[in-house]
Amino acid sequence: MDSTFSPRADSRAAEIFDEAPDGVPSFLDRLFDQGLLVRTGVDGLYGRSGAFESVVDALERLISRLGAADGAEVMRFPPGMSRPAFERSGYLKGFPNLAGTIHSFCGNEAEHAELLACVEARSDWTGHQQATDIVLTPAACYPLYPAAAARGRLPEEGGLFDLQSYCFRREPSLEPTRMQLFRMREYVRMGSPEQVLAFRESWLARGTEMIRSLLLPLAIDVANDPFFGRAGRMLANNQRQQNLKFELNVPVNSVEKPTACLSFNYHQDHFGTTWNLRQADGSVAHTACVGFGLERITLALLRHHGLDLAAWPDAVRTTLWG
Amino acid sequence: MVTSQDIREILATNEVLAPVAEQIGDDDSLFDRGLDSFGSVQLMLALEERFGIEFPDEFLTRKSFASIAAIRETVATVLHPQAA
Ligand SMILES: [Zn+2]
Repeated sequence: MDSTFSPRADSRAAEIFDEAPDGVPSFLDRLFDQGLLVRTGVDGLYGRSGAFESVVDALERLISRLGAADGAEVMRFPPGMSRPAFERSGYLKGFPNLAGTIHSFCGNEAEHAELLACVEARSDWTGHQQATDIVLTPAACYPLYPAAAARGRLPEEGGLFDLQSYCFRREPSLEPTRMQLFRMREYVRMGSPEQVLAFRESWLARGTEMIRSLLLPLAIDVANDPFFGRAGRMLANNQRQQNLKFELNVPVNSVEKPTACLSFNYHQDHFGTTWNLRQADGSVAHTACVGFGLERITLALLRHHGLDLAAWPDAVRTTLWG
Repeated sequence: MVTSQDIREILATNEVLAPVAEQIGDDDSLFDRGLDSFGSVQLMLALEERFGIEFPDEFLTRKSFASIAAIRETVATVLHPQAA
């Protein structure tokens, strides 16, 4: 497996990432100026242009083609999930700071008047907001596990699903690759440890081939999720030592801190135990997923091949649009 | 000095290990006994509280808390760094 960028890609990347002198617009500014992203006033929350979406659509078709032979079951969930399911998933143990919950006004008429007065006075109007039974989806696969477990035991050959969802993570940033609301395409495999690890291996190879065919420099590295706090450091160390997570990185904002565009995650029996998801023989199912950051791959393409899609290398255009 | 019995008492406060804490041998893998990643974090925090210590980052691994013997060594190293 690659652990460094290839020398050719390195020198190419060095040209692209030459320190911009003061006063030169950032990559994010240039995306706004070109109309590819649309400002909303919130860092990490952007509109997308038709050109930007044409790349996202092409990537989705490419990912579908790469996985077509496996016959994954397609499911699409909205970008919100059941709060009880979210609580049971354990997400709050690791990432309380990234979660987004949906709150709504639950007051009476007098409290409505109070709310409006607060808005008028620009003071805190959220006192009568209460948590609803919906939270924002943190990763495309989270709504799937309870739904799959509700069907009963997996078939002999295990389960394979194709997902895509907008996901939310509260981490405001000026790096265009760190959006608060972004789309993640996923394939999720459920079954025996051997079945899910074979799945992860095959996508490590396919994902690498995919990004190479888009003429992007890449490196595959052991990774960890951004677990919260000191306890989180131990969870992160555990995850790395057990090689549970790999990321396919492409330099987008900088060479030193490349951007994870794909991730390959082995959850062991975490979700199987949490949701009582069983294999055909009754033993707890293991799960793994491969995630494609659709905006991140699009931004990597824009960074390396330029903001004018028509001027992208023919090989890249052919891969995306035939 | 930290004894295996001290460690067993703390294991007995862990949800997963409580029912078997007294039967766990010094070198038995706690992970084989059902301890998961998050359980090992809770165990780590309970040890810090019991012994009034803070484990340095390099000890925050599965290996440090893998067995009663490993925990004894980890705690002893943090309590008496010169002996390590
Ligand atoms: Zn996933």
